[in-house]
Amino acid sequence: MDLSPIISKATVASAGETGSWRNYRPAVTADLCSKCGNCILYCPEGVISEGGDSVEIDYRFCKGCGVCKEVCEQRAIEMIPE
Amino acid sequence: MILPGNASCQGCPISIVMRCLDEISNPVLAIPASCSTVIAGLHPKSAMKVPVVHVPFPSTLAVAAGLSEAYKRLGVKANVVAWIGDGAADIGFAALSASAARKDDLITIVVDNEAYMNTGTQASLSTFWKAKTTTSPTGKTEERRNLALIMLAHKADYVATASVGYIKDLRRKFRRAEEMKGFRFLQIHTPCPPGWKFPSEKTVEVARKAVMSGAWILWEYDGKLRLSKAGEKYALKENRIPLEDYLKQGRFSHLSDEEIRELEQKIDEDWELLLRFS
Amino acid sequence: MRTEGNRNDSGIKKLLTSNEAIAEAVRIAKPDVIAAYPITPQSPIVERLAEMVGSGELDASFVRVESEHSAMAVIHGAATAGARVFTATSSHGLAYMFEMCWWIAGSRLPAVMAVATRSIGAPWNIHGDHTDIMSLRDTGWIIGMAESAQEAFDMTLQAFAVSEEVNIPFAVGIDAFTMSHTAEVVEIRDVRLPERRQAYRILPGMEVAVNAVTVGDARMRARYDLAVDLEKSAEVIERTDNEFGSHGGLVEKYRLEDAEYAVVMAGGWCGDAKDAIDMLRDEGVKIGMLRLRFIRPFPEKAVKGLPSEILVVDRANTGIRGILGIETSSCGVEVENVVAGLGGLDVDVDNFYRLFRKFVDGKLEKVEWLI
Repeated sequence: MDLSPIISKATVASAGETGSWRNYRPAVTADLCSKCGNCILYCPEGVISEGGDSVEIDYRFCKGCGVCKEVCEQRAIEMIPE
Repeated sequence: MILPGNASCQGCPISIVMRCLDEISNPVLAIPASCSTVIAGLHPKSAMKVPVVHVPFPSTLAVAAGLSEAYKRLGVKANVVAWIGDGAADIGFAALSASAARKDDLITIVVDNEAYMNTGTQASLSTFWKAKTTTSPTGKTEERRNLALIMLAHKADYVATASVGYIKDLRRKFRRAEEMKGFRFLQIHTPCPPGWKFPSEKTVEVARKAVMSGAWILWEYDGKLRLSKAGEKYALKENRIPLEDYLKQGRFSHLSDEEIRELEQKIDEDWELLLRFS
Repeated sequence: MRTEGNRNDSGIKKLLTSNEAIAEAVRIAKPDVIAAYPITPQSPIVERLAEMVGSGELDASFVRVESEHSAMAVIHGAATAGARVFTATSSHGLAYMFEMCWWIAGSRLPAVMAVATRSIGAPWNIHGDHTDIMSLRDTGWIIGMAESAQEAFDMTLQAFAVSEEVNIPFAVGIDAFTMSHTAEVVEIRDVRLPERRQAYRILPGMEVAVNAVTVGDARMRARYDLAVDLEKSAEVIERTDNEFGSHGGLVEKYRLEDAEYAVVMAGGWCGDAKDAIDMLRDEGVKIGMLRLRFIRPFPEKAVKGLPSEILVVDRANTGIRGILGIETSSCGVEVENVVAGLGGLDVDVDNFYRLFRKFVDGKLEKVEWLI
């Protein structure tokens, strides 16, 4: 039986490379980052991870919502127009 | 749990909560027609790294009960999660109540964004008094229904409210639910940027202000009702921020000072009622 | 169905209503999950099953739901997880679970439901007609209609085997009260069904979704596949019926061999109609009956083999015509169509005799209601 019309398979980019939705890009100032992890915890897309001197953002999928900027207590994230 | 590149709106609180599903082992999700259906991916793609059973709007709790019952009989270890919004809690209320009364072994998660968002922000039973929606264009005339308290009245095994603004508290409650057996119910406050008309970066801030102003109460019940540490100090009115700070959303922009005072009174009544059970 | 060596040919004979016969068949089928909500005249089926579960005679989960919508939803979920499932309903109960009937069929989940066929209001009426079960005909379900308690027993057991082979849910219809609450001698055959099988199960750890929102041709393909497989299920129904039960497959042909006049009907009331046919045969009239044992798949081949004079007697209408009248004429034959017996209005042997006489005498209108 062909189940393809009713079964879907897990995949990244189910809605495409959502980075293209972005109007503003979150930019991290590494010097200010305390690595508290708030942005990682709250990012709706789950595209922020620990890395380098601070955190790394996967801009392929970051939609540019700005939640990370708001939850950063160090004010280490700025939203820059694309 | 939820893969990047999904269809959620910018700043969507539901996707933040979906990420927290990693606290629950062996989950199988039942999701009714809702924003979550769209976020979870359009065929032939699924945005979820966990199995999802898409179901009709009112049926979620009953389908979840069937899944849970069958896994138990067939010896499959699973945590069935009925993942619903406040809309499915309305239309599927009978099934929700029956499942709670039977103490079905499953976890119900209500992502409560206080309106039917997927169809374009129509008023639900959760919609705040006076909030503007497309079916209450001059402000809702009825008060919101306290769903979690109704679940407490079912003596559910676990009942908790949580907020997308307090993610550590929320994750702790997910873990607590995970550890327990029986009917576990979590209602999570999820402010919706397009529905409530605030900028997408403010999702967490608005959620926190709801708690800090006393408009959303964090509590849990596992035989005994307790206020959650993250929000217990707001039981005292002097610790709360002015309600106006929370109401800075498009859906409340029409409120008069008098109406805000009335709203404050209703919030006080909500606290009073809840604390009678503690 | 594996019946060789399992079938007890000298099965125990018991006096049972069709409701009780169905409960016995379900006991033998050993379902994992039963969910049901009571409604007259179906309730005795699930009451009996609840008793069996309570006494340990049947090892199954019995989920007490708050509505028929949830009954079908529970078995939908349980079937998704891989459980053998059963429910029963009637009338408004079927109407209330209608949405879920589409879902379980569209999801290609095997499931069995008994329907004690009853009218749907308004006005309120608890008695028999076929309005409820006929509403299933667009959903994709297999729809069988038994004529006796023995057939209800056999068809219910066959339903599990067929449904689980073709991945299509199966409804077994019995007429309200005249079957559901009327006792007949039934031979209880202790059959061992094959293990539960199905096209897919959803289990923890799988990175898949079932029934996500479709765009493009997926819905069209899903509907086409279901329609084609429903047609193909005819072979499986015939084969399974030959292996066990032997009631004729999709149809029962009653005194049709040399018939010049054919009556097309379905359900429990066919018994009285057959008596009327016998009376006319005694008078030398070459008349017979094609009893539709299945509404889906529709027995098109058997209809096409009928003589040219056809009367379809319906117990459910759509507009001014009967539903089976339309279904039968869609096979390319000319029919006369009578709607009768709605809301349990009694149509006895004498009524049938007079009706068939009128048909044979060429005095029937194209469409008539027997009021």
